[in-house]
Parts: sequence; C-alpha cells; structure tokens
Amino acid sequence: MRLGVETPPLLVDVTRLPYDRIDGLDDGGLRIGAGVRNSDLAADRRVRTLYPALAEAVLAGASGQLRNLATTGGNLLQRTRCAYFQDVTAPCNKRLPGSGCPARDGDHRNLAVIGHSEHCVATHPSDMAVALAAFDAVVRVVGPAGAREIPLVDLHRLPGDWPERDTVLEPDELIVAVDLPALPVAAASSYRKVRERASFAFALVSVAAALDVVDGEVRDVRIAFGGLAHKPWRAGAAEAALSGSPANTTAFEGAADAELAAARPLRDNGYKVELARRLLVRTLEELAG
Amino acid sequence: MSVAVRPLGSPLERIEGHDKVLGAARYAYEHAPDGVAYAVIVPAAIAKGVVGSIDAAEALAVPGVLGVLTAQNAQELADASGELAVLQSPRVAYRGQIVAAAIADSLETARHAAHVVRVVYEVAPHDVELRAGHPGLYKPDKVNPNFATDTEEGDVEAALGSAEVTVDATYTTPAQHNNPMEPHATIAAWEGGGLQLHDSTQGAWGVVSAVAKVFGLDPDKVRVISPHVGGGFGSKGTPRPHVVLAAMCARHVGRPVKLAVTRQQMFTLTGYRTPTIQRLQLGADGAGRLRAIAHDVIEQTSTVQEFAEQTALATRMMYAAPARRTTHRLVALDLPTPSWMRAPGECPGMFALESALDELAVACGVDPIELRVKNEPQVDPESGHPFSTRNLIACLREGAERFGWDDRPEPAARRDGRWMVGMGVASSTYPARRAASTAHASAAADGTYTFRITAADIGTGARTVLTQIAADALDVPMDRVRVEIGDSESGQAMIAGGSMGTSSWGTAVVEACRRLRAGETEVHVDTADGARAAAAEPLAKHSFGAQFVEVRVDADTGEVRVPRALGVFACGRILNPLTARSQFVGGMTMGISMALFEETILDPALGAYVNRDLAMYHVPTNADIGEIDIGWVDEHDPHVSPMGSKGIGEIGIVGTAAAVANAVYNATGLRVRDLPITPARLIGRI
Repeated sequence: MRLGVETPPLLVDVTRLPYDRIDGLDDGGLRIGAGVRNSDLAADRRVRTLYPALAEAVLAGASGQLRNLATTGGNLLQRTRCAYFQDVTAPCNKRLPGSGCPARDGDHRNLAVIGHSEHCVATHPSDMAVALAAFDAVVRVVGPAGAREIPLVDLHRLPGDWPERDTVLEPDELIVAVDLPALPVAAASSYRKVRERASFAFALVSVAAALDVVDGEVRDVRIAFGGLAHKPWRAGAAEAALSGSPANTTAFEGAADAELAAARPLRDNGYKVELARRLLVRTLEELAG
Repeated sequence: MSVAVRPLGSPLERIEGHDKVLGAARYAYEHAPDGVAYAVIVPAAIAKGVVGSIDAAEALAVPGVLGVLTAQNAQELADASGELAVLQSPRVAYRGQIVAAAIADSLETARHAAHVVRVVYEVAPHDVELRAGHPGLYKPDKVNPNFATDTEEGDVEAALGSAEVTVDATYTTPAQHNNPMEPHATIAAWEGGGLQLHDSTQGAWGVVSAVAKVFGLDPDKVRVISPHVGGGFGSKGTPRPHVVLAAMCARHVGRPVKLAVTRQQMFTLTGYRTPTIQRLQLGADGAGRLRAIAHDVIEQTSTVQEFAEQTALATRMMYAAPARRTTHRLVALDLPTPSWMRAPGECPGMFALESALDELAVACGVDPIELRVKNEPQVDPESGHPFSTRNLIACLREGAERFGWDDRPEPAARRDGRWMVGMGVASSTYPARRAASTAHASAAADGTYTFRITAADIGTGARTVLTQIAADALDVPMDRVRVEIGDSESGQAMIAGGSMGTSSWGTAVVEACRRLRAGETEVHVDTADGARAAAAEPLAKHSFGAQFVEVRVDADTGEVRVPRALGVFACGRILNPLTARSQFVGGMTMGISMALFEETILDPALGAYVNRDLAMYHVPTNADIGEIDIGWVDEHDPHVSPMGSKGIGEIGIVGTAAAVANAVYNATGLRVRDLPITPARLIGRI
C-alpha cells in the first residue's frame, strides 16, 4: 500500500478474529488457524515432529521480526515480489490488466520457469505454502455463501489470461484455517531453499520433500517446489515416477526430469531448471539416507 | 601512582554511542520544527522525453494538501546545473527524475496526493545500455576528481607482444547502489531571507556552498545542521536534488518542509557506482615479472552532468612494469548520474587488476603473494616519486602467516562434504591525502576546551577520534575536551569523504591545540596553506593492505559462502583501534557484498534499474558474514597528517571482491570475471 500498488477504499482489521490456535484433528492431523503467527507455527512441537519440512519452510522465510507478525492466512495471500508489479510507474498485467508484462523481455532472472503465461511470469514468494502444498493441506474458507474447503494446491492459480487473480478466493471470502491431514510420510521431510543471500531472501528455488523408503523402494513420497511458478508447484509427475521405484540417485534424477520436462525457461532463468533438478535429487538422497 | 593512558591510540567507545542506543541522538528527519509540512516526490515514469502537462487538480483537492510543485510553478533557481537543476525544465533525462512534489500537512496526505498527480509525457527513444563499441563512447577531459584520463609509458603493445606470458581478460562490474541505513532526508526552513537545513550529509559546509549558489544566497544566509548521520558511503558527499527540492517546497508553502527520499527513490536520486567493462592485459616474463600492464575502462555517465569514475587510477601506481597504459572512456546514457560509492575508482578497478594478477600467477605457476612481491615498485611508477610509506609486502607476509596461506589447496582440490573450499588473496590500496579545514577552539578558565569544526560523523566515530586527537595534543583528559561537529556555522571544513576526514579535521585540531598550548584562549585556524604544501610534496602517499578470503562453494547449487576473511592494513598510525577495526570490517563486509550480491539490474526496454528495494537489491545479512579478522602493521606517516595517520574509511572495500573471486577460482577451478558471483553464474559450470 505504501508503494501505491494497492489502493483500497476500506481496510478491515481481521487480526483480532479468534483464529490464532493450532488444534489437533480427530484423524491425527492439525488445524492451523489463519491468524496463527509464523513464529508460533514454526515453534509448535506437533508441527516440528509431524511435519518438519513445514517448520523449516517457515523459518527459511523472511526475518524473525516479520515472522512474529506474519500470519498463516496472510502468508498464503502475499503478492509476488516481481519488480514490475511493485513499481506503479511500470506496466504490469497483474497490477493493471492489459498494460503488458515487461518481465518477459526484461528482468526475469528470479521469475517463473513453469506454468507461466504470455501475460505473466511472476512467482509466488511463500516458503510456507510450498510445504503445505506437499502435505495435501486444505484451506478452510468462509464467506456470505457459506463455508467451503479448497485443497491448498488449488488455492493459487496459474496466471493464464487473468494474472490479476492470484487465487480462487472470491473477494468476500476469508481464510479461517488450514488443515493438515495425518500424513505419516511427512515425519521424514525436509525443506531446502537456495538463495544468493544466506537469510532474508526469497528462494531462487526451494523444495519441500517427504520420503518413505522400505527395503530400498519408495513407499510414499511428497514433493513440491517453490520459486518456479505462479503457485507452489506440487510435483505430481515426479511423485508418480518415484512411486514403487528404487530409492536411488538414478530414480531421483528420472523423477526430477519427469517433472521439469514441462519447464519453459525464459532468456535469463534457465539456471533455475538445473538448480531445481539438482536440489530435488540431493534432498531425496539425504532423506533416503 | 597511576600511569595515565594516552587517549590517542586507545580503543575508546563512541562518545555519542549511548545516545544513539537510546534513540536520543536525533537524525535529520527526526527534528520537528513548528508548522512543519511534508513533501513527497513524484518521479518521472519515462526514461527520456518531455513533461507535456501536469494535472494536479485532484491532488490539490485533497484536504490537507498545501501545494503541488512542478516545473510550471517552481521558482527559477539562481545558478543550478546538472542534478541540482530541480524542476527547471520540462525535460526528462532519466526515469525517476523529479517531475513534481506534493506538499501536505501530513506525510500520508502528501503521499496520497503525489500518487494522484497526473503527468502526461511526450516520450522520446532512450539509450541506457553500456556496452563496448557503443557509438557514443568518448574520452572525458579528466577523470575524478582531477586526474589524467589516459596515461601511457613505454611501448605497451610491443611489450605485450614479446612477453613470455600474457593475460588478456575482460572483467565487468554491475551498477551498485549505496544503501546507508538512514535514507537521505532534509528539513528546510526559510526565515528572514535565510535558509536552515537539517540534512543527512557527509559535509555540511559542502551543502552550504552548493545550496547558496543554487538559490543565489550569501553563504552566511545558509545554515546546515547534521550532528548525526546514519551512513553515507559517498552518496551524501554532495547534496542530492531532494535537498534543493525541500528548500523550494518550503518557500512555496511558506512553512518548514520535511522531505525523506524513500528507499526505492534512493535507486534513482542519490547516485550509484557506474557499471564498468574493464580489459586488463598483462605481459610478464616466465618468472612473473611484469613487462607491460594495460587497463582500458569503459563506463557510463548521464546526459545531466558528467561523472568520470577514476577506475584505472590504482593501476598507475600498484606494480612496476616498464610499459604501462590506462584509459577511460565514457558514454552518456539516459540514466541517473553515477556518483560516489565507497572507494570510487579503486574499488571496481582493483577487482579487475587483482583478478588479473591472480590469473597471471596461475599462468606463471607462481604463488600470488610472491608474484606481487616480485613486482613491488621502488618508487611510484607514475610520478617517479618515493612513497611516503609503502608496506604492501609487510601486509601480505603478515596476512599469509596469520591466515594460514601455506594451507591453500590446489585449484578445485579440496572438498568438505558438498562444499568446495578455496582461498584467495588480493592487494588493497587507497590514496592518503588531506584537505583544507578550518576550526575554532577556546580554552575556558575551568581547564576545559571547546572545539568547533564542521566535521561529519557518519557512523565512523569521527567525533570520538577528534576528541582523542585534541586531548592528546593538549595533554589533558578526554573529559576536559568538547568537540562540536555537524554545524556549518563552524565554517569551512573537508567532508567525510575520500578517507580524508580525520586527516583533514585532525590537522586543524592539532594546529589549534598548538596555539592553545602557546597561551592563546580563542583561536581560529585554517589549514589551507599547509594542505597545499602537503599536496605539493614530491611524495606518493597511499595506504596499502592485503586481504585473504576463504570461500565455500556448494557443488550442487553454486551457493557461495565466506566463512572467514582477514585484512591486514598499512594505514599509518591507528588512532582508535576499536573504531578503526569497525571501518575495516565494514569495508570488507561491503566488499564481500559486492562480490556475491550487489547488482542493480537494468531493464533496457523500460530504461531503468528495476530492483529498487532491499528485498531485491541484496546487501549481506549477519548470516552471510563469518569471521572477519583485522590486523595492521605499525606505521607512522607524518607526511599525511601530524598524527601520523592515513585514512581508513575506504581501503577495506578495495580488493575484497577480487580476493573472493580468486578464492572461488581456487575452490572450483572456475574464473568468474563478472560480478556478482551468483548461483546462476556458477550452476552450469560446476
């Protein structure tokens, strides 16, 4: 708002709504209130034990001061850090539909390599959302038309022809919680984030991965990438390739290639594809022990 | 009987440190004159063209808005040129240039009003890309501040042609922007035909001179107050356009006006280090003795005013070679004017020279330290003058011992798990000069002394060290001396710049003390004659240093980390080891930042630098900086200052980036000649 990107006629303070708890669910999962602070989420013993990649992802984001204020719902709905979106004197289809996308031919080193459109190549900046996407999280929403549940992987949109819409939320809807289902594989998970600066930087590429190996074979696996797309990128093709396969480097490389075959890097961000491939392979190798 | 510790040379804490921690030390924007109004800049949204019309009706209708200043209603300035000719013409010379300002009774109202000022432009095609072979390249008359543009001695081409070993490589450094913690800010108030400014500046007297000229005022009518400044690095060395704008706004609304440059606006309005394209050619015999050095620099300026960075200057005096050439070529682009950034010239230039030395060491099979020792000149190669003091070799030798240089691995030979580990070294240098300053001093009957000098403490500890100098020269305890700085009423003085502040101000203080000790109680000194004489001495005066860096490069991701670094410096007498160490650590931190992070990214189509905040323009966090060890060799140089000290503010950044790049080569076997060294640059190659 200080930059003039958003000029709302009215602001509603939702910080005092009673959504600041993390509760256990009957199935063994967790319900994270939309108002739960990032710091509290990362410090929660159940999160650290059952979904360690989520705690790591939250701690990999922003700074301590920001995490003390940032909420679960707010983190999901943060806008892109694309420089053109943030500069109100520049064109940007996301900010001003139809004005054009200077990033396609301009600076896009840290923008999308997969799932982008001719109208927008922005990335979603959240770390937390990447881990939630990997763990089949469900977003609970309320609005005048009632409550509904949205799988987290469907909350954020690809830009397509409507890059001004980041999510499928209607303007009058409010996120009240994020549910994490019981997911045994998530207990063996990690979040790895590559960035030039060691802290307080958005990901060039990040990966949240969980892996369960029995007798040298993959029994269960969850993978999502950050920094590659307009939304947290659940790596379904990589997961499918690994299902029941040997848990070795060759298989991990094959899975990475299967997922990244759809990548369409721009002039200056092809490095991200190779980086994502290497990062996934190494993260899975480390999880496989 | 106790032995008194002499103040000079003692590690004393900053006098105002307590006030700063408590928030009691007031910075420019924190003052609150009665009736103050707020101004917010409207930046140009095109890179080149003309402002056709401005519709301020909506902005002026906002309750609380006091005015909108544009080129149409702005006062005609008396004598303004270049970046200070604010709102004097409808011409737009770069994206982000000031085209209007909204003034209101609150910051929020002014910001809103600025957003709804409608500007219509006539757009012209722009030219913003620096490249070798640009048809607009030209030879400036001089390079900053007043050096020959080109130099040549001996037959360079013949020497290169006949050399047994040659290096011919092109190095590039990107545009970099200063980001002091305190953004630039000014409060302007007119009273009785005079102008008072609370300003965040490295030199209050320089602001008086410039602003008085712009507004056609007698310098006596302008007062600039800046007791505390939150960093500058050169970007506050000369007044920026917002200072003039704040005064224009204050006159326009008839009230004091506050104007803070936003972090984003700092990427257009407060200067930056020019990008450089540097070709280095070295020719040597098989043992590594240099026969020829050629350093050809391409860099940019703006169409607003010329700024010619002295990038190859250090190459003129660093190493002995019978044939030497340096050249500088500029092109004027439709971008903001480059300006001062810590060690302008030496910093980017020594990245290229010291990287090339490392390449020569590899080519000759000679240790990089021994290579530098072999090429140590006996006198300044350019002037033929002896050095006042030159202890580069001592710095290299002591640093090698302290860092464990003997343990340096062969290139790409050391692994620690996924990390590739290497070490690098580079030389540092910076000119050691001083300039004229005036000072007032008085002795009171109670045995206390008061000094008034228009010095600036931009976080360096200048106030503290000047107090130490005075107490030492008077041979009295520190608490008997009061040094008042940062107020132009104290008269002409050097800025906090060029690593000359302490030498320049300290010389004036020492001279004042000499006269006080001789019995005077009120003295005014002016060191102009002495400074002129010192500059005319047939001596080459420079500081030197050696920097050692260990890097770890992630073999999978190309992430580069610097777990430890060492700088050993020869900068004359160290007057306060505590604050001096901070200067060296800060310089080296900024050098590591230059090596790994800092790059302002140009969008040629938009005609602008686009990564304009600290989330996108990266400076290091604590997590990026490991151990930085600092040492210095005993040195006393009476030719630079009567304290025996040289400057220390800038040398810390000189050579660091080369030491990092050389360490990356040692770790990976890859030579990176383009800064910064990012995962994107390494990922496809390791």
